Amino acid sequence: MRSPFKTFFASGNVFIWGCAAGVSISLLMVFGLLLLIIINGLGYFWTSGIVELALKDGQHVMGQLAGREVIPRSVTPDRPEGKGRLRVKIGNRDIYGLDFKWVNDDQIVSQTYPPDTVLLERREWGNMYARINGVYKGEELQAEGNDAGWIALGPLITATNALHQQITRIETTEIGAINSDIEQARLQIRALGMGHSLSPGATDSSAPVINETGQIKDLKAQIASAEARYQEKTLELDALRTQFNEYSVVMVDANGREKQIPVGQIIRALRPNEISLVYKSWIYLTNVWSVLSSEPREANTEGGIFPAIFGTVMMVIVMSLAVVPFGVLAALYLREYAKQGALVRLVRIAVNNLAGVPSIVFGVFGLGFFIYAIGGTLDTLFFPERLPTPTFGTGGILWASLTLALLTVPVVIVATEEGLSAVPREFREGSLALGATKLETILKVVIPSALPGILTGVILAMARAAGEVAPLMLTGVVKLAPSLPVDSSWPFFHFDRKFMHLGFHIYDVGFQSPNVEAAKPMVYITTLVLITVVVLLNFTAIVLRNHLRKKYAGSVL
Amino acid sequence: MYPSPPMTQQPPQSQPVTSPRLNVPDGHLQSSDNRSHAHAVKLALHQVNFFYGAHQALFKIDIEIMKNQVTSFIGPSGCGKSTLLRCLNRLNDLIEGARVEGAMLLDGIDINGHDVDITDLRKRVGMVFQKSNPFPKSIYENVAYGPRLHGIRNRSQLDQIIEEGLKGAGLWDEVKDRLQASAFGLSGGQQQRLCIARALAVKPDVLLMDEPCSALDPVATAKIEELLFSLKQDLTVIIVTHNMQQAARVSDWTAFMYLGELVEFGLTKQLFTTPSKKQTEDYITGRFG
Repeated sequence: MRSPFKTFFASGNVFIWGCAAGVSISLLMVFGLLLLIIINGLGYFWTSGIVELALKDGQHVMGQLAGREVIPRSVTPDRPEGKGRLRVKIGNRDIYGLDFKWVNDDQIVSQTYPPDTVLLERREWGNMYARINGVYKGEELQAEGNDAGWIALGPLITATNALHQQITRIETTEIGAINSDIEQARLQIRALGMGHSLSPGATDSSAPVINETGQIKDLKAQIASAEARYQEKTLELDALRTQFNEYSVVMVDANGREKQIPVGQIIRALRPNEISLVYKSWIYLTNVWSVLSSEPREANTEGGIFPAIFGTVMMVIVMSLAVVPFGVLAALYLREYAKQGALVRLVRIAVNNLAGVPSIVFGVFGLGFFIYAIGGTLDTLFFPERLPTPTFGTGGILWASLTLALLTVPVVIVATEEGLSAVPREFREGSLALGATKLETILKVVIPSALPGILTGVILAMARAAGEVAPLMLTGVVKLAPSLPVDSSWPFFHFDRKFMHLGFHIYDVGFQSPNVEAAKPMVYITTLVLITVVVLLNFTAIVLRNHLRKKYAGSVL
Repeated sequence: MYPSPPMTQQPPQSQPVTSPRLNVPDGHLQSSDNRSHAHAVKLALHQVNFFYGAHQALFKIDIEIMKNQVTSFIGPSGCGKSTLLRCLNRLNDLIEGARVEGAMLLDGIDINGHDVDITDLRKRVGMVFQKSNPFPKSIYENVAYGPRLHGIRNRSQLDQIIEEGLKGAGLWDEVKDRLQASAFGLSGGQQQRLCIARALAVKPDVLLMDEPCSALDPVATAKIEELLFSLKQDLTVIIVTHNMQQAARVSDWTAFMYLGELVEFGLTKQLFTTPSKKQTEDYITGRFG
């Protein structure tokens, strides 16, 4: 006779409840995390109104409300709700030094949203919350007072933003090109000199030497002309900069402190308390776009994250291109060609365990093997004139991608092997019985049928690679990369360049920045973007897989 | 008791004895007297042993398969009939540790010889499997698979081969309007006939069929059986079946195998009506198997 408990247990109800609980907890954790990130991230783009608080001591505080909390240990029996305090983003970092200020509820006399307050988004020092005192051209007053100043400021900002773009273009593109010309010529001179001293053949006859000195002369002339062009550009820039700094605006904060700001420093001026909801929504969208498309400012805590998005996506793509052939070939050998035995089993166990090695170990290996050994050798062989400045002998997107490819190759091997083993034997036999060789069978029947499985492996590998940070820190990720790994200068793809990465950006902005509190929204946004990038990359691969699955309908995976 | 093949489908009588006859001791073949000497020998096996590693699966098989005839292998499960069939296109080569002894002569040439090109052999000896196994491709691509492998690229030539193949398998009328549709959209019987068409497209001399109807319903089975009568005009067909009625219906010759040995081989009519061995009689009357 079974005990009632045993009967109850055997009925399976407990088991089903247990399963349901497991699924619910997983879902709750995933959605909770996503919700937290989405709410905190998306809130950043919203321009809330500027509050002006009058305090009991006669001081005024102006800024955007950033939260409210009960003061710790303020709850007493006679005051069960506790004392509250407001967190205000006061900005004006150049005046106050801090971005945020706590204001106790009981200090506040009045709380207003005056329509004439101005929010200045600046290239440096973060936001400013103040009123306009006057707009100046040099020392000369152009418009006095808040309203007149506001009207005068608009067109000036548009003009300086255009100037700023022009200056950036000259600085990065044009002067950059001149610099690279000079660098190329200098390296060529150096290479000629080295060839002269290194190869004994060159010293035998005097003709090549004369030829070389002639070349060096040409190159030196090139450098001179490039330097002349550089001087021209500098003059042009000086003129633009003078124009850029011609106008300034004097702002006055809530307590009457004045501050003069060059108009060139201002990206955008808003009066958030008087603009409509529609306009605010438009500003929201432009904020989103500017974060996605622009470069970071202020030690990454402001501005955009475009270079990090670009670096992440490119790194993942290069990684996939490297890992797929290796993983698939290895799996094909293990599954189709190798004699199944103890050795293959051992290799398989080793491959599976490779997936469990801490990623930092791969980073160290990448540093030692790819960067120092291979990169160092490449430098001495192909770029000796640049030494001691390393070209490939230092971290770069290629080495980072290869390191991650190494990290993810077990995933691809395992998934591909599973895909291959799931191809029915009948397919192989059917093909062989028609007179196909083993290779033809593998290429024409087995791999197409296993492609969905292979792509599953690639999806897993991409997800893993996009989220790895530790190995990248050793193999080529930087806080701020001066240029993207792809640009318009020959050879367009610069695999030796260092790059930015969203995962590292999270770490850097959240934990290494001088102004962690102000950077917090940026961390959420970066996280949100990283998750979105991973999802999009995976989505692409999944769409591709489903397409293939349909094409090879009946494949088992 | 068993319907014999219709007389109209009898082997062409004009077949002369052209290929060299093997010098096989007649004593090994139980029904050697019954052999119709009107037919040429397509495939002759002499003292064939087959091993899976240390395990011997076939013992001293001696058999002569007649050209343009249907020969069926019957016997209980595990008697080695499929193994024997798979020796004939050397599909057993894929199995690790498999080893074959003895002579297997296709048109007088040993198929296990060192100079035999295995892909060439398999091109000549086609095979249809127990479970229909169309590739995950379109109907057209399935049939085109073999010809493409053997180097036919010309589109119109391919089209013609595919039409011939599908017609040969009696599938053309059913699929001619949807050649680019996936082969998996076909019914089980159609898929099996597609596999036959695929095998026919490489123009084999011999077609091996490993229980081709075991997964099909009676209607689909009847279609494939009908097909066999037309196929043997051009081909030599060897069919493995566990269905004795089927063997009786479709084949001209029947071989009964038991525990890896060829017990009896002869004209189907004779084997089913007057078996010379007790074991054969027990099996075909359902006393074991």
